[in-house]
Amino acid sequence: MKKRFALLLTLAMVLSLAGCGGNSGNSDGSGSGNSGGNVIKIGIYEPSSGANGAGGKKEVLGIEYANTQVNTVTIGGEEYSIELVPVDNQSENDKGVSAAQQLVSSGVAVVLGSYGSGVSMAAAPVFEEAKIAAIGCSCTNPGVTLGNPYYFRVCYLDPFQGSVLANLAKDEFSAETAYVFTELGDDYSVGLGEYFTQECNRLGIKVVADQNPQGNTDMSGFVNGAKSAGADVIFAPCSTTVASLLIDQAASAGIPLIAGDTWDDAVILQAASKSKADVYFSTFYDEGASDDAAAFMEGFKAWLNANSDKLSNNGGSDTVSAVSALGYDAYMVAVEAIKAADSADSDAIAQALSGVTYTGVTGDVVFDDEGDVDKNIIFIKGVDTEKGEFYSVKEQGLAQ
Amino acid sequence: MVQVFSTLLPGISVGGQYALIALGYTMVYGILRLINFAHGDIFTVAGFVMFYAVTAMPVQLAIPLTIVVTVLLGFTVERLAYKPLRSAPRMSVMISAIGVSYLLQNLMWYITGGQPQQYPVIPWISDSISVFGAETKRVTVITPILTIVLILALVALIKKTRIGMAMRAASRDFETARLMGIKINSVISMTFVIGSFLAAVGSFLFFSNYSTVSPTVGTMPGLKAFVAAVFGGIGSIPGAVVGGFIIGICENIIRGLGYSTFSDAFTFALLIVVLFVKPTGLFGEKLEEKV
Amino acid sequence: METKRNKTILWGLVLIAAFSALSLGAEGIAEATGQTLLMTVLKKGTVYALLAVSMNLLNGFTGLFSLGQAGFMLIGAYAYAILTIPVAKRAGVYQYYDGGIVQFSIPEVFSGVFGDLVGGVIGMVLTLVICGLLAAFFGWLIGLPVLRLKSDYLAIATLGFAEIIRTFIQYESFAPLTNGSNTLRQYPTFKHLYPYVIIVGLCILGIVLLVNSTYGRAFKAIRDDEIAAEAMGINLAKHKMLSFIISSFFAGVGGGLLAMYMSSVQAKGFTVAMTYEILLMVVIGGIGSISGSIIASYLFIGCSEWWLRFLDDPSNNPGGLKLLAPGFRMVVFSVFIMIVVLFFRKGIMGEREFPDLFRQRLKRTKKEAVEK
Repeated sequence: MKKRFALLLTLAMVLSLAGCGGNSGNSDGSGSGNSGGNVIKIGIYEPSSGANGAGGKKEVLGIEYANTQVNTVTIGGEEYSIELVPVDNQSENDKGVSAAQQLVSSGVAVVLGSYGSGVSMAAAPVFEEAKIAAIGCSCTNPGVTLGNPYYFRVCYLDPFQGSVLANLAKDEFSAETAYVFTELGDDYSVGLGEYFTQECNRLGIKVVADQNPQGNTDMSGFVNGAKSAGADVIFAPCSTTVASLLIDQAASAGIPLIAGDTWDDAVILQAASKSKADVYFSTFYDEGASDDAAAFMEGFKAWLNANSDKLSNNGGSDTVSAVSALGYDAYMVAVEAIKAADSADSDAIAQALSGVTYTGVTGDVVFDDEGDVDKNIIFIKGVDTEKGEFYSVKEQGLAQ
Repeated sequence: MVQVFSTLLPGISVGGQYALIALGYTMVYGILRLINFAHGDIFTVAGFVMFYAVTAMPVQLAIPLTIVVTVLLGFTVERLAYKPLRSAPRMSVMISAIGVSYLLQNLMWYITGGQPQQYPVIPWISDSISVFGAETKRVTVITPILTIVLILALVALIKKTRIGMAMRAASRDFETARLMGIKINSVISMTFVIGSFLAAVGSFLFFSNYSTVSPTVGTMPGLKAFVAAVFGGIGSIPGAVVGGFIIGICENIIRGLGYSTFSDAFTFALLIVVLFVKPTGLFGEKLEEKV
Repeated sequence: METKRNKTILWGLVLIAAFSALSLGAEGIAEATGQTLLMTVLKKGTVYALLAVSMNLLNGFTGLFSLGQAGFMLIGAYAYAILTIPVAKRAGVYQYYDGGIVQFSIPEVFSGVFGDLVGGVIGMVLTLVICGLLAAFFGWLIGLPVLRLKSDYLAIATLGFAEIIRTFIQYESFAPLTNGSNTLRQYPTFKHLYPYVIIVGLCILGIVLLVNSTYGRAFKAIRDDEIAAEAMGINLAKHKMLSFIISSFFAGVGGGLLAMYMSSVQAKGFTVAMTYEILLMVVIGGIGSISGSIIASYLFIGCSEWWLRFLDDPSNNPGGLKLLAPGFRMVVFSVFIMIVVLFFRKGIMGEREFPDLFRQRLKRTKKEAVEK
């Protein structure tokens, strides 16, 4: 009986291997086949679950909105419709690798994403090996594009962001001591913390640092640590999940918070308004920066409000996150690259990308040798706890 | 003084929560000799049930509902996943427990989309108060008191009632207890019911303090509670409580000293030291090696 | 006895050669049909086969219920990454620590002597051996105290050590060596499937030979009855330690291969959950069956990475139902695992090996012939 079961299972495995292989092969064939119009696929490599799920979804929204604006592209005189292929990297590096392989397997021409530098770095070799260009939207760690000719990005980098924020700590809070709170095992968080610390050392601000172990939700120890160190400000580049816990505790201790781009999110707005916390963060996008930016804001809000599913993916409100704007820009850059390459071949698109110039809603996109853009203005925003909304503090660049 | 208090208070509070979870481990281990790896996940499920219940009904109703659902879950897990393996080797039951843990985590991931959820605010216990100058939530102070009250009730149950006596008999000698006519299955079910009830209460306290529920959030507190149970002497109720408090407090002291990275590792290091120096824990009884 | 061992070795080598050839074929098919997921499943499955077999050696053949696998894998994975990242790329990887303190790369050293291809491969294989040795060394260290414990205490103590290893690797002060909690990447990897098959095949062959030797019989005796085994003159401490060290060695090699497969490695991912997954593979395959563990690894990875993927896609929902959504795949999968754990406790193979299946059938047909 058991033996038969064993043989049966083995047989089932072999059969399903063969069967599935055949099946998926077929469905792929019909998907990209020439029978029903030309299709070019753009992969979306983003988290829709896990710690960064909320942020990832917002970035996807920006991409989807862009897709409603421009959904065809002309290659070699023929019109191709653009199909989005989303995968979920679950905010985890090891899951991200198989998600990336899934994208490669489905035959995408170019990839957008991801929210979170760690997962982007984990998947980078997969895209490089498959010769598919990836355009990062909001992954700010230098390691993402470094030494990888197939990874590009449309946002500024952490060394720049970190030093701007350190200057903010000095100018706005005349900080003498800063408490740097980072998340253990998160490349984005640790990296930005490191660059902030470097600039603090240069500016003569004393830094006390601690790291939050994975899965820990008890923030009181950290806030107490900041308090006993006599910190004037807490710098907390972390996910919104951890942030909402921290804001609550820091507010009751009366220490202002500074953070990086991840905090441009409705979750932070709620948490800070609830506990009357003093919160400042840097971000990629300000609707008042240009006409394009204002137009994007208007169009995106209307699109969200017309579609309840999308609205709930945005956290239930029509607050526009900077990552949505970056997602929009990344998509548009990808379309420009396909046009420039005049080919559906992923490698040709990757080669064309480095020459693309584009004026997006978050600023100009011109890639340098590493595939990064030279954006030297950062928008600093704060939370108006009375009105429950973000306000623009200033635009800050580096005096170079 | 304020400094000392602001470090100790959260420690005592989280220690009380570990103690409540640890009781579930220690009681089950006492009777079945099984590390119920799924216990931490049952604790997490309680958090999610509360989260969803509050969206549909007032808090006063949501709390009893959460308790009932959690208890039912504990009961069902035992009936479905452990009872069929009663005569199987202990390793099989432990593997089954790991399987249940895997299943519950995946199920929660599926239902919630893997995103952490904000735990609802339970009025009164989430208010901020000041204790000797240290700011904290009221739940921090309530936890140790409630823990001790619940434990006194549990001890009374075990010492004074018939079912309690049956439990003691079963944990002393499973086979003999069965031969003496004790309905062993109902005793075991009762153990799981009590353990799950305490986990549900623990979840109210724990999540009120730390406000985010995610599918894997229960793993670490679960493991730490188990360590607490071993530390105090597995099978011993006062042991689990003392163990819980000691681990909670030590952890917070380590964080206060700026070695947060090591707070989890410390718990396990403590476990290993205890297993060496006194394998039966602080209050544990010596178990005979059966051939 | 001697001839039986030679036969095993011969068969093993033939099988490895056959599977390597098959893997080349599979690669061709994957290339032609664009099914890169097939390669994912086969590569990951191959690596996990080694990990499952090494866990089975300990849990299934020696009866030591250890949950420390992820810790030893972590040591292997980090050792591989740290020792092989090309010197030129170290500054980029150790971006906050001035390129780290390790300023050589083993494959590069060998490339200098034997040329890029041959030297690189020699270097990579040698590094894998070092991964194994390092893990084995830590296995010995941890085994000294832990192996005195019994069943569930052993399980929880090894689990604790795995967590402690993870913490130390993430510790800031060791960051110039380990890059702290940041990702290690850009190390050389095998692009094709067959090197994985050959290395894993050789390792498993080694384990098979060990299990069939006098040591293997001593392990099984310890598993079946410790006290009786001791009475028969088997040195418990020595054999337990030996099994623990060897299992750690192969877990370390497996960790190195896993790092290669993932092409970037971070301590964060090596949690208890990883150990549980490998344990479940061992259980599905049959505790005490090497071929069972191998089959189960491919099945497990195939299900979780590929065949059940359609369950995650909301667009496949049958009219109106909102059942299919991300994560549903894993729910179905874990229900399946629970069914195996509860009702087919022996797993696919029980304690039998693949050749046994044919042997028994042979016996039965003979018996039937006699009856007629």
